[in-house]
Amino acid sequence: MKKYFGTLFNGLIKENPTFVLMLGMCPTLAVTTSAINGIGMGLSTTAVLMMSNMFIGLLRNVIPEKVRIPAYIVIIASFVTIVDLLLQAFVPSVYDALGIYIPLIVVNCIIFGRAEAFASKNGPVVSLFDGIGMGLGFTCAITIIGLVREFLGAGTLFGIDVMSGIPGYTPASIFIMAPGAFFVLSVLTALQNKLKAPSATNQEAACDSIACGGNCASCAGSVFVKNKEMVEQARAAAEAQKAAEKAAKAAAAKAAAAEKASAGTAAEEKAAAGQPAPEKEGKGE
Amino acid sequence: MIGELILLLIGASLVNNVILSQFLGLCPFLGVSKKVETAAGMGVAVVCVITVASAVCSGIYLLLLQPLNLTYLNTIVFILVIAALVQLVEMILKKMIPSLYRALGIYLPLITTNCAVLGVALLNVQDYGSYSAGKMMIYSIVNAFGTSSGFLVAIVLMAGVRERIQNNDVTSSFRGQPIVLVTAGLMAIAFCGFAGVI
Repeated sequence: MKKYFGTLFNGLIKENPTFVLMLGMCPTLAVTTSAINGIGMGLSTTAVLMMSNMFIGLLRNVIPEKVRIPAYIVIIASFVTIVDLLLQAFVPSVYDALGIYIPLIVVNCIIFGRAEAFASKNGPVVSLFDGIGMGLGFTCAITIIGLVREFLGAGTLFGIDVMSGIPGYTPASIFIMAPGAFFVLSVLTALQNKLKAPSATNQEAACDSIACGGNCASCAGSVFVKNKEMVEQARAAAEAQKAAEKAAKAAAAKAAAAEKASAGTAAEEKAAAGQPAPEKEGKGE
Repeated sequence: MIGELILLLIGASLVNNVILSQFLGLCPFLGVSKKVETAAGMGVAVVCVITVASAVCSGIYLLLLQPLNLTYLNTIVFILVIAALVQLVEMILKKMIPSLYRALGIYLPLITTNCAVLGVALLNVQDYGSYSAGKMMIYSIVNAFGTSSGFLVAIVLMAGVRERIQNNDVTSSFRGQPIVLVTAGLMAIAFCGFAGVI
């Protein structure tokens, strides 16, 4: 039981998909013009995440390793279609407000990321709880962003006018337009940097030569596996290079010590010890 | 007809810019915009893939899904088609134009998860699905080309700005991602200026 609540808590707070992992930025910015939209999008994503996680957890031993990506895509897309049709039938107002972003839940990195990183390795019940935790974490995060944007941009909270009593008040409507989304998110990430809160944005870039900075926590999807291998190889090479340099230094120090004893043999030794290091450097590049 | 298509092209690329007003394809926009060269490579790859993917998806919609009354399968079919298509484009490029493959190769797999590709394919069907077959194909392809050119313009402009601000003295807490988002917000304000054009 503790295990289940652990995964739930993990998704809600410790690895919050929006604030900490910085996944699924497109819906986060696009639908947060009001808190209600945020809740609608968050709950739809939660429903898809729960069901897809559970099914992938159930079928993880049946799906062959090589075709797992298309299999996951089909499972996720099926649940997205179900949610899409249910919303269209029962909550048409939310369906109209979210529009194209409902079918686009399919390409939301959170869902694929959890399928690949969690559900493919764990049983259906734990995966279900992970889905609930992650989904609720996402819902809370985008509802909060939606509240902030709605309050600043329209002076309302959940559609209820709270600012009209103040004379001369005009809402800064830029916050419910497109630029406002970027500004709110930028202030949020800046706050995280300031408070040194754990987040994907304030980690040191692992590998500068790759555009994404080699931060694989932010993209656990299928196609990144290749890139991840590249990063890991580059890291291993860098570590090997460091180790080689250390060994060379140690050897050089040894040689220097030996030099004191006999000046003649030390030069040869130093040359022998110094040789492998540049060779390895070349390999590392 | 031609005038309408030109308006559609301008509308799709500038007025309703895919990144700055519709928020599709943000991950590559923020991730691969450090250098102008790589950004341009990514942008060109996206233009190719979105245009081809939209043409194929609209074709499948017209030939298979609409006649068989299976339009509720749009999402599932389109995402699989796009994933397969990206693989196919990668293989064809590798075999036929190796020089272009070397230039674009690393960006191709990243495009599958670009939500702009699926988004444009779905919007085409939603907006032009009721047109006659020929008209729908032309409109889909023009819309896809316009939208993806908008992506190319936005990502190259962003990379240009980022190259300039890279060594600037930014307040420590805004270094990295936050200043990039502020830049994106200012660009979005600039693109709001196109709103009255058509």
